[in-house]
Order: sequence, then C-alpha cells, then structure tokens
Amino acid sequence: MSTPLNRHSNILDFALSSLLRRKSKNFSLLVVYTLIVFVIASLIFFVQALKREAAQILKEAPDMVVQRMVAGRHDLIPVAYGEQISAIRGVTAVSPRLWGYYYDQVFGANYTLLVPEKNLLEPGSIMIGPGVARNQRIQAGDMLALKTSRNIPLLLTVQDLYPSSSELISSDLIVLSAEDFQTMFNLPAGQVTDLAVTVANPREQVTVAAKIAELFPDTRPILKSEMLRTYDSLFEWRGGMIVVVLAVAVLSFIIFAWDKATGLSAEERKEIGILKSIGWETSDVLLLKFWEGIVVSLTAFLVGVVLAYGHVFFFSAALFEHALKGWSVIYPQFKLTPVIDVYQLTVLFFLTVLPYTAATIIPAWLSATVPPDAAMRS
Amino acid sequence: MRKSIVFTIVTGVNILLLALLAVHAHFSRISAASERLERAELVRTLQLTDLCLFTEARYTRHPAMSDRFAPFQDHPGAMEHFPSGSLVTPPIKRIHEHSP
Repeated sequence: MSTPLNRHSNILDFALSSLLRRKSKNFSLLVVYTLIVFVIASLIFFVQALKREAAQILKEAPDMVVQRMVAGRHDLIPVAYGEQISAIRGVTAVSPRLWGYYYDQVFGANYTLLVPEKNLLEPGSIMIGPGVARNQRIQAGDMLALKTSRNIPLLLTVQDLYPSSSELISSDLIVLSAEDFQTMFNLPAGQVTDLAVTVANPREQVTVAAKIAELFPDTRPILKSEMLRTYDSLFEWRGGMIVVVLAVAVLSFIIFAWDKATGLSAEERKEIGILKSIGWETSDVLLLKFWEGIVVSLTAFLVGVVLAYGHVFFFSAALFEHALKGWSVIYPQFKLTPVIDVYQLTVLFFLTVLPYTAATIIPAWLSATVPPDAAMRS
Repeated sequence: MRKSIVFTIVTGVNILLLALLAVHAHFSRISAASERLERAELVRTLQLTDLCLFTEARYTRHPAMSDRFAPFQDHPGAMEHFPSGSLVTPPIKRIHEHSP
C-alpha cells in the first residue's frame, strides 16, 4: 500500500544508498560537520554553565564594595571612610576587607591573600585553596613560607584546605589572620584594601552608592548587581578568542554550504536525469535531496551536541583547558554543574541543520527542472 | 533490515541520548545543590566578589573589581599580553564610576 509514510521511507532508503555510494566523501563531510557542531555546542554548554554558577554563588557577595581611587588606580582606603559610610541611612554594616596578591617567585604562581571578616584563624595559621596545595605540594599540617615586604620569610602552618568542590572560588586563596597580613604587606595604619558595605534594602543600594560617591568623590562603589552583570557578560561572543572559534566554525560551515549550493557534480546531475527519465517527479527528486541533507545535518547535530555535553560536563572541557589556562600557573580543576539551554540549542539547530538542507535542495531543484536528456548529456 | 529503519533507529537513539542528558543535567543540578550552597556560604564568609578562573593577571583574577581600562593600566600604550585577557570582557560600565 502506498502511503505518504511509505513514500518517505522508500525515498529515505534511496537517499541513504545514494550517500553510501559516495561513502568516503560523505563520511568525511559528516565528521567535519560534527566537529563544527561539537565546538560550538561545547562553547555554549561551558559558557552557560559558568554563567549560571557565577549567578548562583555570587548572590552571597557583599552588597557593595567601595574602593578608593588615586590617580585612576585602585588604592588603599582609610577605615575612617567606613565610619562615615555607616552613618548613611540604609547602611546596615561596613566591614573593612584586607586582601592582596602574592607572587611566588619559585613556582611563578599568583596567590590571592585574604583576611576573613570574622577572626577565623590564629596568627601563624592559614587555610589554603586546592590550587595552592597542588602547586606547593603541601597539605594540612605542613608549613608554607612566604616572603614579607621586608624580605623576611614568614612561616605559616596550613590549618586546613578548602574542599575541591569549592575550587572555582578558592583555588588560589591563602586565607590568613589580620596580623599575618599586616606582617606580610606592612600596610599604613588605619588603611585597608576596600570596604564591604551591607545595605538592608536592595532597592536602596543605588541611592546609597550615589551618596557614597558624593560624600567621597575619590571612591568607586561597585554594586553586587554590577559584579553579577560582569560575569553575565564575561564570555561574550565579541570576546577575542570566542569570536575566533566562532568565526572558524562559521567559515567552515559556509564553505560546506557553498560547496553544496554552487552546484552538483556531473555524476549527481546524471543521476537526477536518470531518475526523471524513469518517471520520478521533480518533487520526488527534491524530497530525495531533502532527505540526503537531513541525514547528514541531523546526524551531525545530534552526535555533535551529545559529544559536546560529554566533553564539558564529564571531561571538564579538557580541550578548552589550554586556552583558558593561558600563562596561569594555578588553574582551578572544577566540574561544572550541567545546564542545557534549550533556546541556544534550538538556535544552533536552525543555524546548522536548515541552511545545509536548503543548500542541498536548491541546486538539485535547478537540475531537476532541466529535461532529463539534457541533464544526462551534461 | 531496510536502511531507512537503521537510520530511524540511530536517530532515535541519538534523540534518546539527548533526552537522557537533559535528565542527567536535571538530577546533577539537584545533587550538586548542597555543594553549591557550600560555595555560596564560602563566598559570604570570605566576602568574595569573583570566581577564580584566571590567575595570571589582576584584572582577569578579579574582573568585577578591576578597572574598565585594566589591560592598559601599566602604561598608556600597553597592549594586552595575557591570553585570558582575550576571553574576559571588561567589567560592565558602572553607575558611579568616574572616567579614568
């Protein structure tokens, strides 16, 4: 019985046989096509998961951080500023933050040294991130020697390590007491790195920030919403390396589509001529080419997306590691929580499957409208 | 077996795999919730402002705290020279920022 399903099934059979006749060409096409989808989908999965993670955990960041600017640079801020800021209506608390960077000449690594708000550590004790432990090959109970600003070694005992699950935020951290921080950097009295401001009502944050900027014109208040938006736009498509990856992928895809759209090979034209001469309608030929396009593009899309998911969420985006690592000595080894952005995958589907299928059909349509004898002779 | 049936089975398996991955993503999010809460708690306790993604330069280690002109802060004609600088966009334009 001839039903539409049977018709499609028969034409699909023929399309698959036709593709298998040019096995090596079509297989290599499928591999490269899958690779393009794999790279773009990996990028989508990675960036979306990272953005989601940043949005979730940075919700707990300070409501506002006030930095002092001197000659256009971030400078130390007097604690006295904090006393006046805490008097502003709406401000619940102002706490000084002490943090800075330490370059380890032996290992060539940069660490972030930080003093917690509450006194968690005794002088001489530190907590370190997993990246620091890996880099220094130390564990809880070991000693770590840092050079102070006066070039005197400061011996610190590792009290504990932050768990590996926190690597995305704590990898390069060395958390120490305020006294040790002072010994390390010898900060002028009454000065801290910046101020963390808590505002009870989130709606008042902008007003409070405006008041701070007015009261202290040499300061720069950074709102939590601005921190979150920084991470939301961190890997924008216009970013250097991302635009290069996307451009390469899109260009490769255009080359495929161009190759298909610029015309069929003599063999393919002859095949269309024979099909028409044995009674195939133009619509049947178009359906055949449609199925050929769908077989290649849909398979490439599905396999590419599945492989990309495995690459990003099971293998921690290992192929991107070198690009992300750059010249860093400490690189966090984190596992991202999977996120599937249906909207972005749909866009990827429409940008890959549809243009390729269309590029397969159009030249076939041009050939199929030519009389069969002319098509066979050409 | 007909080729069309083989293709339908292969495509069906791929779609099923994709659906299973969506289920995996859903359950991974649920099981990772406690670890995420721990990370959020650490951010609150230590008053952190940034993720530790790139440790090679100050402006890529703490992009939320850095200047918009950070890659050029060392001297006016300085060119970007860290690879991660080409991945990280400058911090968004802040409401209360004076021009450098």
